[in-house]
Amino acid sequence: MPYVAVKGGEKAIRNAEALLKSKRRGNSDVPELSLDQIKQQMQLAVNRVMAEGSLYDPDLAALAIKQSWGDLVEAAFLLRAYRTTLPRLYYSEPIDTSKMFIQRRISAIFKEAPGGQKLGPTFDYVHRLLDFKLAAEDNTFSAPSSEDYDATETTPRVAQMLEREGLVTPIARQPQPKSEPAEPFDITRQSLTTPTNRDARLQTLARGDEGFLLSMAYSTQRGYGKNHPFAGEIRVGAVEVTIFPEELGFEIAIADITVTEVQMVNLFKGSKKIPPQFTQGYGLTFGYNERKAMAMALVDRALQAKDLGEALEGPAQDEEFVLYHSDNIEAQGFVQHLKLPHYIDFQAELNLIRKLRSDYEQCRNTPERSDNFKTDQKKDARTDESVASKEVATS
Amino acid sequence: MTSLSVSPTSAPSTSEPGFNFAYLDEQTKRSIRRAILKAVAIPGHQIPFSSREMPMSYGWGTGGIQVTASVIGQDDRLKVIDQGADDTTNAVNIRRFFQKVCGVATTEHTEEATLIQTRHRIPETPLQPGQVLVYQVPMPEPLYFIEPSRTEANKMHALEEYGPMYVKLYEDITKFGRIALAYDYPVMVNGRHLMNPSPIPRFDNPKMDMSPALQLFGAGREKRIYAIPPYTQVKSLDFEDHPFSVENWEHPCEFCGATDSYLDEVVIDDQGGRLWICSDTDYCEQRQREQLGHTQKLG
Repeated sequence: MPYVAVKGGEKAIRNAEALLKSKRRGNSDVPELSLDQIKQQMQLAVNRVMAEGSLYDPDLAALAIKQSWGDLVEAAFLLRAYRTTLPRLYYSEPIDTSKMFIQRRISAIFKEAPGGQKLGPTFDYVHRLLDFKLAAEDNTFSAPSSEDYDATETTPRVAQMLEREGLVTPIARQPQPKSEPAEPFDITRQSLTTPTNRDARLQTLARGDEGFLLSMAYSTQRGYGKNHPFAGEIRVGAVEVTIFPEELGFEIAIADITVTEVQMVNLFKGSKKIPPQFTQGYGLTFGYNERKAMAMALVDRALQAKDLGEALEGPAQDEEFVLYHSDNIEAQGFVQHLKLPHYIDFQAELNLIRKLRSDYEQCRNTPERSDNFKTDQKKDARTDESVASKEVATS
Repeated sequence: MTSLSVSPTSAPSTSEPGFNFAYLDEQTKRSIRRAILKAVAIPGHQIPFSSREMPMSYGWGTGGIQVTASVIGQDDRLKVIDQGADDTTNAVNIRRFFQKVCGVATTEHTEEATLIQTRHRIPETPLQPGQVLVYQVPMPEPLYFIEPSRTEANKMHALEEYGPMYVKLYEDITKFGRIALAYDYPVMVNGRHLMNPSPIPRFDNPKMDMSPALQLFGAGREKRIYAIPPYTQVKSLDFEDHPFSVENWEHPCEFCGATDSYLDEVVIDDQGGRLWICSDTDYCEQRQREQLGHTQKLG
């Protein structure tokens, strides 16, 4: 039978896409999912996609989740691929989280904190029992009434109390490397190179993969770069985003966004240059995303090791390791590209392994001539080589 | 017999509305072209660039696609190959993308193309002056398997500290009697920069040397661009007593009889039956066509 080469054509690609769309829709007797349903009832998924997709847009994030068949990493990728086509018109002014419209706020280091503790909607104290009643539809749940909350009120940060005592260095006054430029780095417009500074680190962590950061943070707790943290403060709520167009000369509010902010404090016993104090790890994510924000704060603190002169003992303290491997859009691509055809390189390896194998067989069959491929070697290589070829022969 | 390609060329068409020409906005293309110019000025040296997320996944050739997108013009004739073939799914998909966002003419014939994007191969037909070959690069750093830290690797490049690479190759010779690298075989460009040729088989390395074409390398995920300008010396690392060599096959191509091209080993049955065919489909088909013409003339 004559051989006919397989052609992977455009038709196959189109059919695969059509099949995906149909499978994604599922049984057409079941009503189609609306973006509002996703946005309303799967808010935490939307939040994760916005954070890792690096774009605050709940509508587009909901669309991405629908389009990606519920695969949140794929959804974040869709959002990223979209955001990269958008022009950057302005850099916003820094958001002020002390003016946050607070939905949840807790501190683990003081029983009472000025501004109060507020649990908000949290899984923390919910018994994780499957709620079979929820399986039935038409559930209604009413929110408990809460005390009036003055949205104009400023809630001071817990860390400020320690700052007043001089026990924690305010972030603004933390020692920065001399080479630090005045303008913050922009990882979406510049290529990250190492060693880098905290601005690029925090940006990378803010859109890093939640699972990766979680494991990195966890590893520091288990001793790989140990540094015991306390949750100084966790706050979740809406903040105003403003821009300052120079031609207008005044600030304009362009959006309210929900963010989760975490400040961890860690005891630092001091070094020759820096007195004993509490150091801070900082985490901030789009949306309500506490696990990610806490993990980010731990990793941020671990990555300050080089600036604080601490010994680098764990992978979480290794800037290159953490920053270059935290992005799930990059990681998923490179891991999955292995399914593309590689038969050329595989052919090259096949040729090589056959040669190595025939050398090996030859060595085995003529043990006294274990130096059979020595003839054209340098003289000074002989000793090493005959040892090495014996290893090959016996392994 | 393989069917000869049905539509080896396609005329320019209109691109899909709603996208800028070649997808990327002009500012981004300009910034990539600046990186390319730097790369051409320092042959073999990796230039960081602000790689963008593309509508294809990292690992699918986003670096090459961005390079192609920033140098392609309306008058170009584009060829896309993967594993040497124009008809592999990824090559088809990338060609389809550029037809959609540029509407440029495409071709499968190496000598007709002004711009060739490739993954894992260099065409067998020698390239000509004026042609541009764009490589998709997964790992631009040749030292990565010796020194995974890019901070350290950058220092090694700056100091031209390539001893560890020679030691690694030397160790291969002492252990195995030969350099055990089948692809990604490191080259020295212009006598100064150690460069990763992207995972082309070592068979293709000699084609890079003094090539009249401009060779551009794009690594999207790693955000690096590098280049070999036309007529630049590219030397595969070796030792005086272990000169660089390329592999050959005991079989000619089953279809065209070529003995000078890179062959794929194709498993044809479950009894271990094999045959060997050219990986470069265009080269193979042209040779078959010539032979067909020759026999027809004779007949």
